[in-house]
Amino acid sequence: MQTLEMEPVELVRGSLDHCVKCTICETFCPVSNVTPLFPGPKYAGPQAERFRTAGATFDASLDYCSGCGICTTVCPQGVKIAEINARARARMKAERGVPLRDRIIARSSLMGKIGTPVAPLGNWLLQNRVFRALLERVLRIHRAAPMPRFAGRTFQGWASRHPAPPNATRAVVYFHGCSTNYYEPRLGEMTVAVLEHNGFRVLVPRGQDCCGLPLQSNGLMDDARRYVRRLASTLAPYARRGYDIVATSTSCGLMLKREAIEMLDLEDDEDLRIVSAHVFDVCEYLVWLHERGELRTDFRPLPITVPYHAPCQQAGHWMGKPALDLFALIPGLEVEESDAECCGIAGTYGLKAEKYDIAMAVGARLFDQVRAAGSDLAACDSETCRWQIEKATGVASVHPIEVLYRAYGLAG
Amino acid sequence: MKSDALVVGAGLSGLVAALRLAEGGLKTTLVAQGVGSTHLSPASIDVLGYAPELVESPARALPAFLAEHPEHPYARVAPEGIRQSVEWLRERAGALAYTGSLEENLLVPTAAGVPAPTAIVPASMAAGDLRSGGRFAFVGLRALKSFYPAYLAENLAQAKLPSGGGLEARAVRVSDPGREPDVGALDYARAFEDASFRRAVASELGVHLQPGEVVGFPAVLGLDRHAEVRRELEDALERPVFEVPGLPPSVPGIRLFRTLRAAFRRAGGRLVMGAMAVGASARDGSVTALSVRAAASRTTVYEARWFVLATGGFASGALHLDSYGEVRETVFGLPVAGVPPIEEPRFLPGVFDDHPMARAGLAVDERLRPLGPEGAAAFDNLFAAGAVLAGAEPWRERSGNGLALATGFAAASHILEDAS
Repeated sequence: MQTLEMEPVELVRGSLDHCVKCTICETFCPVSNVTPLFPGPKYAGPQAERFRTAGATFDASLDYCSGCGICTTVCPQGVKIAEINARARARMKAERGVPLRDRIIARSSLMGKIGTPVAPLGNWLLQNRVFRALLERVLRIHRAAPMPRFAGRTFQGWASRHPAPPNATRAVVYFHGCSTNYYEPRLGEMTVAVLEHNGFRVLVPRGQDCCGLPLQSNGLMDDARRYVRRLASTLAPYARRGYDIVATSTSCGLMLKREAIEMLDLEDDEDLRIVSAHVFDVCEYLVWLHERGELRTDFRPLPITVPYHAPCQQAGHWMGKPALDLFALIPGLEVEESDAECCGIAGTYGLKAEKYDIAMAVGARLFDQVRAAGSDLAACDSETCRWQIEKATGVASVHPIEVLYRAYGLAG
Repeated sequence: MKSDALVVGAGLSGLVAALRLAEGGLKTTLVAQGVGSTHLSPASIDVLGYAPELVESPARALPAFLAEHPEHPYARVAPEGIRQSVEWLRERAGALAYTGSLEENLLVPTAAGVPAPTAIVPASMAAGDLRSGGRFAFVGLRALKSFYPAYLAENLAQAKLPSGGGLEARAVRVSDPGREPDVGALDYARAFEDASFRRAVASELGVHLQPGEVVGFPAVLGLDRHAEVRRELEDALERPVFEVPGLPPSVPGIRLFRTLRAAFRRAGGRLVMGAMAVGASARDGSVTALSVRAAASRTTVYEARWFVLATGGFASGALHLDSYGEVRETVFGLPVAGVPPIEEPRFLPGVFDDHPMARAGLAVDERLRPLGPEGAAAFDNLFAAGAVLAGAEPWRERSGNGLALATGFAAASHILEDAS
């Protein structure tokens, strides 16, 4: 595959000169469409950015951008709206300080490390009304916001004991992310099973840590940079040897594909560049295999109806909705594709007490569609979105990989 | 990614081509750098409004117009092709319920108060037809920053109708309580979906209206439930209600975009947004694949048997005029026709002047395939549609959406012919 030169970061800000004020981004912005607290991506982005000179004060409404990135995806002129806003938000936070809450919830791997050994207690606390009310009062984390459950074990632990399949003909690297490691190790196991079913040996590099995305979205750019460089240096040796890297977390995969490069001034990071050229969303990768005739299609009929939501961070991959192509291979499976742009949670945004209501209003269209499908299962590629959908609708939500896993009959 | 047909561009021509191809049974992928023209233009289909005098009947005016402009894209689709595409859209438009025909242009008011000729309009604009005159009240919503009913009404009252009929127009303002100041068309469209909001507007408005007045609103009467919103307002006000399209974002255009996108999805089409086509590969005179820039530091290759280039004109980056005065088509590097030599004037001083560069674009053969340097189709499986085509001046002719619809439809028809 040909490698393209990525744009230098100055071109992120410089792209604002391409804005023709067409307002297309504003029509898609999930946040400004439900609250006047965020004035919209065009206003906060290419328009306001012109006035953000050294020493100028910032408009606090920037903090209400959820960072979903839809504005950049729909912009017909190539303006890096979400990236301009993220960088400005970080400068604002550097000036005004980042609340303790944001410093805590942005450290997903640290939370995982602390919570895993004491999982029963941690899970009990996070479901406990009194504790959540306290948490809301002290830290401003909304009492009704969705919280994952600690698995009490790690995917890394499972992977280190998992024997390599004897008849693998090829190999691929799996970047599992924090949520799979600490909260959803089953997703990692199912991903490995699906890939092994297709003749892969799945390499799980040890010591994978957070990609830095939650830190970046909370304006903690230096910390984010440290984390993503460390992760890139863990994965780069594999990329240099020509291995492809698959990710099940769409937002973390996107961080490695382009967000770290564009938002964190890391355009010169050699490790990140080579990793970016080799990272695939897992569904994107499986579709790519299928089109080369290299994906097994021995799917059993799965006669269920599944509402499917492609998260906004997935739209940011600019690859369409590969999960739909995979679902189409499964006999009997009916998929109801949601046309909602966003579930509202946007990583850690919807956890925050002052933003919870906005997040729920953003997600309302999606929740209605999920409920209307009348199914007891929904599919969505992003973990925080799945938790949000489950919490809001009561409908169990799984990664598309789990649907494939069932259809392959790997569940036994 | 492999498809039967790959369409580049998500404006009206790209959406139309992609939907027709998907409905025709081809596995179709639409890639676009972003959302296109639908959000910026009224959803009315202007086929031919000025030639250069006001056109009362596109059907009758087209033969002479095409004889005079043999290089016009309409000459490649012929009046029959235009007619087919209009009927096709009408069948797919669902609740938009287009009315009108090629036989007679309607005259509907613009937000600036100009009676604008157009062939077919969504039902929401139909009662604004000014041809036989009448009495009109235009509603100003207090916080809507992009619609000035007094300006509209004053201009319109002075307009001369071809029928010679009389026209009365005035502005009526409602305070629409509870709105934040400085809100946009889309905010209002959502507000109107709330029954209590529209009831409040209707009851305040009712006392100001005079018998026999037809009511024109800015085009913000609901988004997904627009038919219901308008019907309720008509019932409450006991008179016809219509919408006047205004500045972007265009709510009627968003409805059209959503309608076509939903139909494309239902037909099994794949929509890839945010992806910019950056190059192509070809073999033996056929395009084999497009290179598309996605999020990773690599290009993604999209293979297909047929390709439709619906990337728009200069404004959307499909055509590029560089600082050396060179004009190029940005995906395939196709020759651009209608560009005056560098030593001759290309632009004139006034915005509304007849600029020599105005008709620049891709010259195409009778099947809408762009011509290469030798004057024959550059590739046997590459078709072009919409604003990228040479020979038209849509803003002067009032033909933009008509061109997009007719050429997008025709490009897809040629491909379906080849595929069968």
